[in-house]
Amino acid sequence: MLERREAVRALLAGRPAGLLAVAGLGTPAYDLYAAGDDDANFYLWGAMGGAAMIGLGLALAQPDRTVLVLTGDGEALMGLGALATIGAQKPANLLIVVLDNGHFGETGMQQSHTSLGTDLPRVAGACGFAWSQTVRDMAGIEALRGRLAQPAGPALVRAIIGAEPTPKALPARDGAYLATRFRAQLGLAPG
Amino acid sequence: MDHALPADTASAAWKDEVFAALEAAGVTQVHYVPDAGHATLITRAHAHPKMRAVPLTTEEEGVAGCVGAWLGGARAVLLMQSSGVGNCINMLSLIRNCGAPFLTLVTMRGEWAEFNPWQVPMSRATETVLEVMGVAVQRVDRAEDAAETVEAAAALAYGASQAVAVLLSQRLIGRKVWK
Repeated sequence: MLERREAVRALLAGRPAGLLAVAGLGTPAYDLYAAGDDDANFYLWGAMGGAAMIGLGLALAQPDRTVLVLTGDGEALMGLGALATIGAQKPANLLIVVLDNGHFGETGMQQSHTSLGTDLPRVAGACGFAWSQTVRDMAGIEALRGRLAQPAGPALVRAIIGAEPTPKALPARDGAYLATRFRAQLGLAPG
Repeated sequence: MDHALPADTASAAWKDEVFAALEAAGVTQVHYVPDAGHATLITRAHAHPKMRAVPLTTEEEGVAGCVGAWLGGARAVLLMQSSGVGNCINMLSLIRNCGAPFLTLVTMRGEWAEFNPWQVPMSRATETVLEVMGVAVQRVDRAEDAAETVEAAAALAYGASQAVAVLLSQRLIGRKVWK
């Protein structure tokens, strides 16, 4: 079992140039921020269930860059249909990493469906993803890091993490600011 | 594709003109939940070499998809029917918080010679739901207004970063044939 902050830091150590990252709301956004803020990070504070689809729209718009969606099991479950949509589009540059503690962490640690029978990598595989796997240790994270530059996706990785509390690390909450700086690092004008 | 179109999706010049307006606006991603009234647009988007047609399992996926496209510098549109607007409500907060442009074309059910009562409640709520979530609503009742309205809505959305919905009335689309 992985410690989430350590795992995300290791995944993004020596972050490949040009990597675009979208984080689902809650602790995955804090994990991404704690691993190093970057103009190419887009943090969600709401829009639950939308992270993977933001990743898809972005991956189709920027086919030469890897798009990493880092999200939690609850967020991924709310947008489960998006896995079918992504499986139909087959974007090779899209990698979804689900930090799975089997619980809804922001709301009182109620068990989520991944504790109750849902196997997200199998769902992704059944939806036509190029590959999917479960990672349980730091060796698995290191191997995953090696695939960031060329994910050959669409891919979904379930990273099994502990459910212990993690210190908050809060990125900016202003969506317009986050979007503007994200677009600016791609050379896109504001507005 | 060689699918026979349902009776209520007969080709009409205005549908090709609406497609041309989207093409001229530089739309390259067409996210959709199918509706018979959008069948021409969907077929043409799939066939277009510079467009990516994205069938969705539920409409709110398209709201998020359009924002992702914008973050990456592409222009996207969401095609849905009025019943799907209700599925989008919370996801529309993404548009509002980010100041993202958003263009959706909504075919109306439940308002003109509707046979199916289950279409009516969301139909009646469609305009209100969009407006309270910050989406400007422009309605088309006549075929001759369709392309110009979509063209103007696209200019407002992509040019001024506004959220705009064009409602294509059920009278315009044509009543659904139940046989």
